Amino acid sequence: MTAATTEVRAGRSGKARTLGVSRHAYPLWFYLPAAVLFLVFFAIPTFASFYFSLTRWTLFDQEFIGFENYVQFFREPQLYQGFINTLIYGFLTSGMKVVIGLALAVLLTSALVGRHFLRSVIFFPVLVSTIGVGIMFKALLDPFDGIVNGALETLGITGPGWLTDPDLALYSIIGIDVWKGLGIACLIYIAGLVAIPTEYYEAARVDGASKWAAFKSITLPLVKPATGTVIILSLIGGLRSFDLIWATTGGGPGFSSDVIGSVIYKQYQAGFYGLSTAGNVVLFVVVTVIMVPISLMLNKREVEQ
Amino acid sequence: MRRERTMRWVLGIAAIAVSIVIFIVPFIFIVLQAMKTRQEASELAFSWPRQLAFVENLIEVITQRDYIVARAFLNSTILTVASVTLLVVIAAMVGYVMQRRASKIRTVANFFVLAGLIIPPAVVPTVWVLQTLGLFGTLPGLILIEITFGLAFSILLFRAFVSTIPRSLDEAAIIDGASPFRLFFAVIMPLMKPTVVTVIVVQSVQIFNDFANPLYFLPGDDNATVQLTLYNFQSQSSNQWNLLFMDILLITIPPLVMYIFFNRQIVAGMTSGAVKG
Repeated sequence: MTAATTEVRAGRSGKARTLGVSRHAYPLWFYLPAAVLFLVFFAIPTFASFYFSLTRWTLFDQEFIGFENYVQFFREPQLYQGFINTLIYGFLTSGMKVVIGLALAVLLTSALVGRHFLRSVIFFPVLVSTIGVGIMFKALLDPFDGIVNGALETLGITGPGWLTDPDLALYSIIGIDVWKGLGIACLIYIAGLVAIPTEYYEAARVDGASKWAAFKSITLPLVKPATGTVIILSLIGGLRSFDLIWATTGGGPGFSSDVIGSVIYKQYQAGFYGLSTAGNVVLFVVVTVIMVPISLMLNKREVEQ
Repeated sequence: MRRERTMRWVLGIAAIAVSIVIFIVPFIFIVLQAMKTRQEASELAFSWPRQLAFVENLIEVITQRDYIVARAFLNSTILTVASVTLLVVIAAMVGYVMQRRASKIRTVANFFVLAGLIIPPAVVPTVWVLQTLGLFGTLPGLILIEITFGLAFSILLFRAFVSTIPRSLDEAAIIDGASPFRLFFAVIMPLMKPTVVTVIVVQSVQIFNDFANPLYFLPGDDNATVQLTLYNFQSQSSNQWNLLFMDILLITIPPLVMYIFFNRQIVAGMTSGAVKG
């Protein structure tokens, strides 16, 4: 918000001062390469998707069928399940990254021994390929030979089929997603926490506030911008998720862990291009309907402060 | 005081222990699996290999199916280098003009950058566009796609950095007779080095690790990328865990090297969302 306004101000004064320079020095054709790419490979496909989602489509010819694809999408349980799962996946991963990310960041900004080491360790999974992580967890979570259930067995617990139980698969993948993406959330929170002046905490201590009270009335309100960023980033990623699900369960067992992203791919593979594109439009609507109010709300809160 | 210090140590050691179990054991597991023979790897145990087969596995992964993994590495390298190089230049040009010159185009561009960050790409219509242009299933086609999808994020980073470069510098260069082209490439670009490095590092990790776009836009074995070969390999031979994990180990090395050398830039780039305002 503030960046935008100062930028406008800078732009205006600059323009008034050096009208001639501004015209010649900053040619508008610098936009051209990016504009062409964006138009051809992003804007046109996005607009075209609204039309193609209303057709039975084979890439070579199409037949207009109205809203039939959408009706099918919301009527067939195996497609509709993907819609529900997308919401669960998006909100759960986002919520867990906020809670665990903040808790870890608080821990890692305290005078903890080895905190620099821990920061690098937590961040590393962010850089590993999602497919690699998926395959690795398939081995670790193997119901019979996997390490996780092996460890549980020594504690006398019979571990579940993490990725093979239809009621559990989606939640296991959510856990893997949080494991992989926690590093970013944590680092964003660390950046936010470091910016809080320590005087506030000292004043609170002098006033006899408990650590929890200080956390609740100093830390939480002041890391709100970081929370906003974490929520937005992880929701955008979570709602679009595909790679990890495809690498671990492929949407299975059955279609219990399908999300819109995997439904789009399955329908594309099966040759139902119109239906696949309808799924894409549904995803577009889901993301827009969720993201726009959230980002407006978070921006408003910042202004109020 | 003393009690607090012991507490700190205890907590620190506990945290390190937990994070080792949760975050490091999986990676040690990858290395152990990659060293085992096929039979032993299929046990999926977290144990030191009874018989070391590291070199054999390495050779087999690279040479199998007519060197497909080696070719995939070549493809992924070309894809990453070409995409990132063009992306840096194209995004820097936009970020620079966007920050410097107020115009109607800027308003439109701002909207598109935001849209590009949020909106999921429409996959099949993109296939259709690529096919119309004769670029479907080709490396140049995928390169253009990767550039497009990386634009929004990179433009934001460049725009933010340009605002820290004083305008008087531009004016001095123009008065000295520099053309706009030279002003940008000879004066501004060198000053943007920190952001250039950040964009290069973050985007190359992203593009190298990308799976969905190659899956959709570059099908087929001929020019498969490393992520695709890993995925196909998994679905074809699920009982060869040793080779599978050797493959994972190999494709983890480039991002790991990046991380070791450019730790700071990666962190700066990936958390740059936090520094809005």
